[in-house]
Amino acid sequence: MTKKNLLKKGAALASLALGLASFSAASATAQELRFMCSSDGNECATFRELFDKFEAANDGVSIVIEDVPYKSILENLPIQLAAGTGPDLAKVTDLGGLNQYYLDITPHVDAATWETNFGSTQPWFRGGDDDNGIYGMLTQLTVTGPFINKTLFDQAGVAVPGADADWDTWAAAANEVAKATGVTFPMAMDRSGHRIAGPAISYGAKLFADDGSPILVDDAFTAYVEKFVGWHKDGTMAPEVWGASGGTSYQDAKAEFINGDLVYYFSGSWQIQKMAESIGDDFDWQVVGSPCGAGGCSGMPGGAGVVGFEQTEHPELVGKLMDFLAQGDNYNYLTAKTLNIPAHAGVAANPVDYIDASEDAAAALNAFAAQVAGLSPIALKYQGFKHNRAMFNITLQRVSQAIVGELSVEDAMARAKTDLAEALAASQ
Amino acid sequence: MAKILNFLTRTRGKNGADFMDWLTYAYLVFGVLIMFGPVLWLVASSFKTEAELSKFPPRLLPYQQEMVEVEGYDKLLPLFEVTEGEHAGRVVAQVKRIGLSSKLVDPAKPDETFKVSVKERVAVESIALAWDNYTELFEKFDFIRYFWNSTFITAVSTIIMLIVNSMAAFALSKYDFRGRNTVMALVIIVLMIPQTVVLVPLFLIAKELYLLDTLWGVIIPGAATPTGVFLLRQYMLTIPDEILDAARMDKASEWKIYWRIILPLSAPAIAVLAILAIMWRWNEFLWPLIALSRSENFTLQLALNSFQGELDTEWSNLLAMTVLTLLPISLVFAFLQKYIATGIASTGGK
Amino acid sequence: MLALLSAVMRIFEIPMAFLQRVLGIKRLAWVFLAPNLILFSLFAFLPVILNIVYAVTGGDQILLKDRSFVGLDNFDTLSKCTNYLDPNSCQKDIFWRSVHNTGWFIVLQVGFMVGFSLLTALVLNRDIRARGFFRSVFFFPVLLSPVVVALVWKWILQRQGLLNAGLDSMGFEPVLWLLERKWTFAWSIFLSVWAHMGFYTLILLAGLQAIPRDVYEAALMDAAKPFRTFRKITLPLLMPTMLVVMILALIKGVQTFDEVYAFSGGGPGSATTLVIQYVYETGFAGAPRLFGLASAASIMLALVLVVLTGLQLWATRKNADG
Repeated sequence: MTKKNLLKKGAALASLALGLASFSAASATAQELRFMCSSDGNECATFRELFDKFEAANDGVSIVIEDVPYKSILENLPIQLAAGTGPDLAKVTDLGGLNQYYLDITPHVDAATWETNFGSTQPWFRGGDDDNGIYGMLTQLTVTGPFINKTLFDQAGVAVPGADADWDTWAAAANEVAKATGVTFPMAMDRSGHRIAGPAISYGAKLFADDGSPILVDDAFTAYVEKFVGWHKDGTMAPEVWGASGGTSYQDAKAEFINGDLVYYFSGSWQIQKMAESIGDDFDWQVVGSPCGAGGCSGMPGGAGVVGFEQTEHPELVGKLMDFLAQGDNYNYLTAKTLNIPAHAGVAANPVDYIDASEDAAAALNAFAAQVAGLSPIALKYQGFKHNRAMFNITLQRVSQAIVGELSVEDAMARAKTDLAEALAASQ
Repeated sequence: MAKILNFLTRTRGKNGADFMDWLTYAYLVFGVLIMFGPVLWLVASSFKTEAELSKFPPRLLPYQQEMVEVEGYDKLLPLFEVTEGEHAGRVVAQVKRIGLSSKLVDPAKPDETFKVSVKERVAVESIALAWDNYTELFEKFDFIRYFWNSTFITAVSTIIMLIVNSMAAFALSKYDFRGRNTVMALVIIVLMIPQTVVLVPLFLIAKELYLLDTLWGVIIPGAATPTGVFLLRQYMLTIPDEILDAARMDKASEWKIYWRIILPLSAPAIAVLAILAIMWRWNEFLWPLIALSRSENFTLQLALNSFQGELDTEWSNLLAMTVLTLLPISLVFAFLQKYIATGIASTGGK
Repeated sequence: MLALLSAVMRIFEIPMAFLQRVLGIKRLAWVFLAPNLILFSLFAFLPVILNIVYAVTGGDQILLKDRSFVGLDNFDTLSKCTNYLDPNSCQKDIFWRSVHNTGWFIVLQVGFMVGFSLLTALVLNRDIRARGFFRSVFFFPVLLSPVVVALVWKWILQRQGLLNAGLDSMGFEPVLWLLERKWTFAWSIFLSVWAHMGFYTLILLAGLQAIPRDVYEAALMDAAKPFRTFRKITLPLLMPTMLVVMILALIKGVQTFDEVYAFSGGGPGSATTLVIQYVYETGFAGAPRLFGLASAASIMLALVLVVLTGLQLWATRKNADG
């Protein structure tokens, strides 16, 4: 090999090495976070806007949003986490149930500020009374409650029941309206153990024993289920929602309500953005208070929260990102754009200036926000309870069986009790 | 003309069609209706708008409401015909609908608006195909990705299966070695262990091999099929040994014999196995349901199923997605049905 | 494409030739078998052993080290029934409902399917025009994926679907098919038969066509009536193939999950929940995840399948000889 060739080869090798070095250096500083998100409306798109802001302020950081159906968050995310292949962050609803996978971000954030702003809902993320970690924050506080199609009430000439009306009153009113207007479905409730919890609690169900252990089924709960099954049999409740699916699959009745075919829809505040968009000015709709009973007039709180996972390779960055989202103005923007109720105490202190909200939407949001104060303590406890998902699933399975006539209400509730005992035993 | 008539009415040599022939053709026609009919109805429905889909009873042809541009308004306005009252007969556009009352405007006189009850007007419709249902798939849903995932899994898994199975079949058919019967017995035992009864441990194994939630987690476990080994072995047994001996005398290595002689000669059986494999992999549902969790890894089948209960999906998009999912396999069917049929018949029962 | 394949094959020539020199031709067979055997070991044999481990441990953790040994508790729990014919009397009522459902499902589905497949094969065996076309017609649904099959029929059976529209136009009351337990079950059997009968039709057709024509001609010469011919000649000659078809259909039927799950999700209630769905929900979709119970249930299913597969192999051998 001649000297010239050697030099040429040497130069080529050197530049290659330099190139590789710079490449690896660049990739060393490039940090990527995966954020698993499911939208009820425009949540994930709004996160994208905020993340773009974060990326601009933090060089070399890129945040990838995985937009998935809600079913995936419920069914697939836990499997991913168990397998160790989960994302860095996610927007989840099973706050307590996934606690074993959470990242404690206390070392990366100002604990005092977080306690001030999110104190009341922090227990929902924790594993027990002795757990003091900071694992996430609620990005949307939700409340379950009823929507009504006001136009149909007007058309039928039926007065909207008052704030202290109970279930029987509402059922009668809805039936009257449906009959008068020829609409197919008087009432519907989402197929979800979480949804039926509020009405059951209002009816008087205690769900927990005096010592704090879960019992799920008591006389009041059974009585409410009896009523619920009865409404399905006499046509008050839309049968397809609870009656057609099996197992624990989720089913809602949003489409029927939006199409104007449903008078009374028991769902929750996360639907507001989608409803405002889809209904437009087809008819007037309102949020009314939860029907009252021996246990109050309570819905169930809920909400999705952003959490970080222990499996992440960039814990400090995760903490930084969550702190960013917890900043007053960022959180305010998130709430205002996604038309949700704020869980941030600082933001909730003042009325939120919702962006692009129609009159109906804004009124609905304020109506739900006003109901937060009236939430039953049982509801708050149930939402934060570690094993609530098992209880929701059991409720779903057994109540559905009662509705389709596979089991009597009595048998279904007895089964629910044994199911709960087995589930608790297996989770130790 | 006479020839066609003759063709249609030709029977089993007797004079004229007998009762059995009529029954036969009636059954066949019924077969066509019930086998193709439902799918054709699905395809037809996929071209209707969501509004059209919620009409009952459903109409055969897809109708869409006509829209018109009116001066002074930015968006296109839907067209209605007033049926009763003082404005009966007029064809006008709707500006806004508030509950039971509809505000209408005459496109020719954009300044003049009037109100009419929603019961006194009817939509002006024309037949149109709602291509939007399909285009929305690519905008709202990551359809291309699901299609790619399905295609990638099917193609790679099939290739791996063909190679691995043919190698094993070659060994079992052309070599006489100690332990051959044991291996044959083992293959039969695997036949008795369908995936469905080992789901939990399969999940653990996939997890430990870092295959979970990757496309390879679906490709690799599916590539070892005892049926494939049997099929190919059966066929390879019919290849005369003399050909191999001749090749060996010409100093050809075993590997060369495998891919230069055995594979080409087994082409018909390989083709059949390939078609079966493509069918199995494209349509696979349960294991991908368990192994894949991030929606960007979903196959078409998973996407189709998960979007059923999804808050944001409507039947119009679901139907379009279904049509696109069944299109590839239908095309394969149209072109290769002869081979598929003979393939099934020859493997039947093995 | 072929060039690429050739190139790949060529790459392996050198290592394979080396192995051939080292091991000799006879033992090279093991090298050819290796990839397949590795896959079988990893994804068939090992899982069977692990399945047993899962079945005798409890808890909701997936990693074996986190599980506790419980002996035969899981099997015990699953088998606790005062009356096996009444799922309500069992501790694991959903499991036994799924067993009953699966039992009825395979009896009805296999029965109807073999029946219609035979009928169709007989029809296709006649001297008809465009036999290839009609054969393909019946085979078409076999190619459709189970989810597509489920959606096709779900769309027709909706409250406002085609079937109700038809009933409505003829003056009948529309029926809420998917809300009635018995009807949903019936329709799930229907769509399963619809989706699979083409496959068995082809096998039976091949079996029919293997019967030599002179047998029929002899019968014709004896002026035998068609039905008698069928009963005394065709059926006995076809019986081996029929046996194979029936057992194959049973094996596949017991493992049904995809199309029924996509169609009705196991509902209403648990009316269409089959055994595999029980395993899936217990082990993967429920809370908490009870892997032990799921494995125990799969083992019970596996035993049934072993018996059926054994029967199938015996029947095939009989067919090949006879």
